[in-house]
Amino acid sequence: MLEIKNLNAGIEDKDILKGIDLKVNAGEVHAIMGPNGSGKSTLSSVVAGKEEYEVTGGDILFENESILELDAEERAHKGVFLSFQYPVEIPGVSVTNFIKTAINETRKAKGLEDMPASDMLKMIREKSELLEIDRKFLSRSLNEGFSGGEKKRNEIFQMAMLEPKLAILDETDSGLDIDALRIVSNGVNKLRSKDNAVIVITHYQRLLEYIVPDFVHVLVDGKIVKSGGKELALELEEKGYDWVKAELTA
Amino acid sequence: MAYTEDDLEKELATKEYKYGFYTDIESETFPNGLNEDVVRAISLKKGEPEWMTDWRIEAFRYWQTMEEPEWANVHYAKPDFQNISYYSAPSKKPKYDSLDEVDPELLDTFKRLGISLDEQKKLAGVAVDVVMDSVSVTTTFKKTLAEKGIIFCSISEAIKEHPELVKKYIGSVVPQKDNFYAALNSAVFSDGSFCYIPKGVRCPMELSTYFRINQAGTGQFERTLVVADAGSYVSYLEGCTAPSRDENQLHAAVVELIALDDAEIKYSTVQNWYPGNDQGKGGVYNFVTKRGLCEKNAKISWTQVETGSAVTWKYPSCILKGDNSIGEFYSIAVTNNFQQADTGTKMIHIGKNTKSTIISKGISAGQSQNSYRGLVQINSRAENARNFSQCDSLLMGNKCGAHTFPYIEAKNKTARVEHEATTSKIGEDQIFYCNQRGIDTEKAIALIVNGFSKEVLNKLPMEFAVEAQKLLEISLEGSVG
Repeated sequence: MLEIKNLNAGIEDKDILKGIDLKVNAGEVHAIMGPNGSGKSTLSSVVAGKEEYEVTGGDILFENESILELDAEERAHKGVFLSFQYPVEIPGVSVTNFIKTAINETRKAKGLEDMPASDMLKMIREKSELLEIDRKFLSRSLNEGFSGGEKKRNEIFQMAMLEPKLAILDETDSGLDIDALRIVSNGVNKLRSKDNAVIVITHYQRLLEYIVPDFVHVLVDGKIVKSGGKELALELEEKGYDWVKAELTA
Repeated sequence: MAYTEDDLEKELATKEYKYGFYTDIESETFPNGLNEDVVRAISLKKGEPEWMTDWRIEAFRYWQTMEEPEWANVHYAKPDFQNISYYSAPSKKPKYDSLDEVDPELLDTFKRLGISLDEQKKLAGVAVDVVMDSVSVTTTFKKTLAEKGIIFCSISEAIKEHPELVKKYIGSVVPQKDNFYAALNSAVFSDGSFCYIPKGVRCPMELSTYFRINQAGTGQFERTLVVADAGSYVSYLEGCTAPSRDENQLHAAVVELIALDDAEIKYSTVQNWYPGNDQGKGGVYNFVTKRGLCEKNAKISWTQVETGSAVTWKYPSCILKGDNSIGEFYSIAVTNNFQQADTGTKMIHIGKNTKSTIISKGISAGQSQNSYRGLVQINSRAENARNFSQCDSLLMGNKCGAHTFPYIEAKNKTARVEHEATTSKIGEDQIFYCNQRGIDTEKAIALIVNGFSKEVLNKLPMEFAVEAQKLLEISLEGSVG
């Protein structure tokens, strides 16, 4: 589904990603772990198409086609979803209005009519139940005054509504208490299927107890330096990132 | 060749002149320049009674002693008042045989505003088939109003048909010498609307300039007078969301509202005059005086969406004279490219227990300057007066400006005045967040701006609100590169 080939990217004159190779197939869950500043969030932003980042080499293929030249919204229309580490506030725009706009814009890009209001309502009801979201929450302004847990739950709610093929969860566990973590993870697990893929970006192993990955990659200084199964996450937790770094220089 | 009063009289005698502001008569333009003779000529041309002529002359004499105000935060080349023609056929729109001949850009805008084909034709000046014309609608409309005793007509007609009402109220809220532009308007006003709601009558429909769309070519100097008698209610809509490509550069309108005891007036405006091109060339100067007077328990509510004009100078105000009266001001002002707006309100609390609310939303993009200027004045006898003001500014890009000038004068210790202000910027992060959800940048800006303006949009009558929302979208197109 997603194939990243020797990706080099940076911001202004600073190189951040220095040759990333990654292949994600439908039905798989990949975890990308790494110390602060290793380029985890840059990787997710570059895949999602944030303009500030400049790709200086390599390619990103989504369903066997390069998406490098596509705008962020075009990538979204193809089914790429990013759950933000820090979701932004949009005052005066309700969660419902926002997601309605997102869905209808995506449909429009595919040449479809707006989703009928009754279908939309039904879908909102189903997905909010799935994620244990109080419906009152849906009429509040997007992310305005939301707690950390509410913001992340809202991200996963949008993911559930948009039904992406590839979901990238950027530090979804940061700012969550244990209950919120459980609810968010349950939501993600319920949305997993053989047709979609998930990339979980995290600093800690904790989230991976709930969302169990098929593959774990360690990102250090803009490169994937080690890949393995879910046991790699445990090993990292135990030995710390210095262990990988030491192994590299040895 | 000099144009004399005799020529004028001759012309009047030969041309039909029904509504004053609804005419296809050609060569209706006075030579440039302004003096007492021109003022008299205007009055004569409109067939006005002597008292009206005298009133205009009085205003003209005041105007001559006044100076153009310079305190507003706007910069423009001062009009040469002797280089303007003070009387011209209000609408000099070209006439076309079909929509195919009309500027496609204009049509595109109409389409995106959701304006019906018939209306598009009218707005663009295409000859409309009689059957398709809304004449019958207008007739039904007028009949319904007449049954309730409501008067809704052009001010010229009112001066002739209802002189006692006009004489009593014109200039009672905005006196001739109120300010430079009001004095000019009083001397030379071309036409406008008059509305009277009798005692205890609730006007059954929104009074809208839509019903006069044929005649909508707003003159340069429009005069509006709305009188709501005791216990009555009226909602009045002014303007049009469609772009008006008026070639008149200077507009100086006066609007007076009178809400007698227990009456309520809701006055909504959407203004979308030509703002000049993206280089800041051309565009309308809009210097408007709007003011309402509230008697006991009365309420006046101003709602405005201002997206057009190169320079806007406008402060719809309320004089809360009667005890327990209420004034409200809800405003969205959008400036893009090189537009300048200095707009806000004055709330003058005179009566006891008077209340006022001000919600102002300024949106600046491009290299525009957007200022809120407001006065809350609590007079010494206004016991328990209350005011709440909220002024929010939204900036797009880093070349525009937002300014807030709140003035508060409280002369009574029981007054409670609250003022809140915020300034925010549409961030790249907000745009990217929307993009990532499949919403393109134009749509994202529209969404963010609509969210920002929601409190004011909600105050507009429903069908107006939908159009206003689209208008905001269109006004800000291309403002984020």
